[in-house]
Amino acid sequence: MSELRKISRREFMKRTGQAGGGLVFALSFASACQPEQQAVGPAAKAAASVAPNVYVNMRNDGIVEIYCHRSEMGQGIRTSLPQVIADELEADWDKIKVIQAIGHEKYGDQNTDGSTSIRQHFDLLRNAGATARDMMIAAAASVWGVPAEECVAREHAVHHEASGQSAGFGDLVDTAIGMPQPEKADFKDRKDYRYIGKPMDTIDGMAFTTGGAMYGTDTVLPNMLYASIERCPAFGGKVVSFDDTAARAVAGVTDVIRMPDPTAPLVFNVLGGVAVLADNTWSAESGRKALQIEWDQGANAEHQSDTYKEALVASASAPGTTVLNRGDADIATDSEFEAVYYAPYLSQAPMEPPAATARVNEDGTCEVWACTQDPQTARDVVAGTLGLEKEQVTINVTLLGGGFGRKSKPDFIAEAAWLARETGHPVKVTWTREDDIRHGYLHSVSAQYFKAGMDADGKTASWLQRTSFPSIASTFAPGVTGPAGFELDLGLLDSPWHVPNMRIETCDAVAHARIGWLRSVCNVFHAFGACSFVDELAHVKGMDPKEHLLEMIGPARKIDPKDDGGEYTNYAQDLEKHPVDTGRLAAVAEKVAEMAGWGRELPEGRGLGIAVHRSFLSYTGAVAEVSVDENGKLVVHEMWTCIDAGTVVNPDRVVSQMEGAGIFGMSIALHGELTARNGAIVEGNFDAYPVVRMSEAPEAIHCHIMESDAPPGGVGEPGVPPVAPAIVNAYFAASGKRIRELPLRNAGLA
Amino acid sequence: MAIEFELNGETVSLEVDPAMPLLWAIRDIAGLTGTKYGCGKALCGSCVVHINGQPMRSCVTPAATAAGSVVTTIEGLSEDGSHPVQVAWRELNVAQCGYCQSGQIMSAVALLERSPNPSDDEIDAAMSGNICRCGTYTRIRKAIHKVAEDQS
Repeated sequence: MSELRKISRREFMKRTGQAGGGLVFALSFASACQPEQQAVGPAAKAAASVAPNVYVNMRNDGIVEIYCHRSEMGQGIRTSLPQVIADELEADWDKIKVIQAIGHEKYGDQNTDGSTSIRQHFDLLRNAGATARDMMIAAAASVWGVPAEECVAREHAVHHEASGQSAGFGDLVDTAIGMPQPEKADFKDRKDYRYIGKPMDTIDGMAFTTGGAMYGTDTVLPNMLYASIERCPAFGGKVVSFDDTAARAVAGVTDVIRMPDPTAPLVFNVLGGVAVLADNTWSAESGRKALQIEWDQGANAEHQSDTYKEALVASASAPGTTVLNRGDADIATDSEFEAVYYAPYLSQAPMEPPAATARVNEDGTCEVWACTQDPQTARDVVAGTLGLEKEQVTINVTLLGGGFGRKSKPDFIAEAAWLARETGHPVKVTWTREDDIRHGYLHSVSAQYFKAGMDADGKTASWLQRTSFPSIASTFAPGVTGPAGFELDLGLLDSPWHVPNMRIETCDAVAHARIGWLRSVCNVFHAFGACSFVDELAHVKGMDPKEHLLEMIGPARKIDPKDDGGEYTNYAQDLEKHPVDTGRLAAVAEKVAEMAGWGRELPEGRGLGIAVHRSFLSYTGAVAEVSVDENGKLVVHEMWTCIDAGTVVNPDRVVSQMEGAGIFGMSIALHGELTARNGAIVEGNFDAYPVVRMSEAPEAIHCHIMESDAPPGGVGEPGVPPVAPAIVNAYFAASGKRIRELPLRNAGLA
Repeated sequence: MAIEFELNGETVSLEVDPAMPLLWAIRDIAGLTGTKYGCGKALCGSCVVHINGQPMRSCVTPAATAAGSVVTTIEGLSEDGSHPVQVAWRELNVAQCGYCQSGQIMSAVALLERSPNPSDDEIDAAMSGNICRCGTYTRIRKAIHKVAEDQS
């Protein structure tokens, strides 16, 4: 054992402040998510380098620095992004170094949401690697005086077969400096991929297993203050007055500051309240508990979940605005069936609550370290909050301890920046779990109405669907009273059902909370409603649910919702390149049913349920096997999933996303519900807002990835939508009881 | 007041309020950030450390409780990430975002020390206090079984 270490907070700061140029985490950050600012350290300076583009920097010591401009939140992008670049570059995997990019427009789109990192950047990343490769080839060709066409790159070197000459990438850097930077290069043949399509190990594996991984909450700066903020229970309310006498008396508390009042629309601005600052997290939280605050609860103080639910159901049960129409959905049919489904508010609840650290420098510039999904928007919001130009703001992106959409909103970063300027100290704002669950951007509560008409043959002849939910758009523009256009893309207008007469309507719903994105967004409730209703129709018709599902999907065809008046934007992608292909959806349904042994003899009391859905340009399916245990609780024994995401980069990370989506979807099905009372969210922590734990996890979650050379679709979100309806459908198969409201906990099943 | 204990093999003396949860003493005062906050109420397990070999939720354990004890955090499990549980975690690529994994690993190590070849039921019982929002549970089960198999 070494000598006794005495550590006070002051000594800790002094000790760490002397090292690493004043940044504590410069010492330990190298293990994961090293931010761009720290990249210019001694090692990088020692090596001359050439950067063919903003994503690649070739060093003359042979190291290839790859800038990851997308945020890592568990989807594995810090592994799969370099896989794409290194493959085209012909770089050796053990000679690459991943550097986390700051928020900057030079990188293009950095908003890590919408499952876009691979699907929208695959060709861009390939080109980044391929142009770097061609630059190395050009350098070698000029040294050797041979045509570039005769040279090939392979295993981190360029080779000229005819003369037998070879040169490592590092040895070519000095020559390449100053040479023209190619803008376009040919891509490799799919059959020659070295990393793409391979299950590479997670690049941050060592950091994840040793405590070295640095998240937003882990930043420490010299003289930093820790802030905890009490916010108004009701969304949009504000402080009337407060007494901070007791708070200031708490040891360690240095200041108490009233935050700026929120103004509508709330967007990503600070949410108001009172901040307590201290020299450690616990003192800040203790001081906060001692605050006495009188609130003006504001315009949403009357918001109650129970009455709001009734209003939503009533809204969805009456005619709305037609957003898609085919044939005549009111045509007379032989029989009709209708149902209403309800799903509540949800919280993303990432394991790391929102956390950000900001420092305002003497020259007025601001530097931020934060777990953000969207560093460019964070930069804009911080600049707006402080009245700076965005060029004066630097956003360093840490690892994200989960995101699920919450961390695409930089309100917590604006809080840190504002407090840093107010106090003259670096400030770290850490949200408590209760803050996260009560004051976040809620996933919409929704009601879905369906009516189907069957002809004399029992085929579905008409389909009427209405959706009602408070819109995300309401967070950005006051007066929005119903679903917005982009939300209709999310599992509504691309309805795959082969029904000759179809009408889809949207119905009013006024927002009383900050509404935001949650993993797969409106696809959650649109798939829950549609896939439950299709399953119900199977039983109405006396058909096997899987056979009926395939009948409803119908023949393989490509759907263009515009043909039926639907203003569909296809996740911002071309329908030619990424069609709504019912053949692929049906293939996923067939495959996932086969995996689960659909139709096999099941033990008494067990049931299988199936659901499929297209979202973010990918096709996914889930089958759940469930029963009810002796305590009346639902048990999900096993789950089978299938995804057709076109070309995939890292199949192991795709599988892990599907496994995770299975658990995330189970939490939605079994537990998830936020309740508003007098405008405030009642639940606050994992006791009242439970999520699935190990004891509830299925014995296995199987995943099959469809072989495909189609362009990449999304992966992070598409696994979620089919899970809840598969479970609800399985419960019906097991029990004969139909549940039309989530979560199943309210039916006593969890 | 100074609270003295052994932290990852080194005797430390932390000048903290004895009521400060050990989590914040470890993170904010001792400067070891591998132990995570997730709930503050012993509901999620992100903050699990070992006190005298027992897995404890440091977010509800007053720092004073640690006085005279041996405290091990994720950073102290091995010098180079070579503990069999850490190795198995990497071999199966268990982590997604990684945030909860310090607590998961500390709980798994404690389980395997007391039950070297745990059944699924034992694993579920020992690990259900650790929430993983990314949903890595099935891989955690596999990784624990792998450690048991490799060591038998």
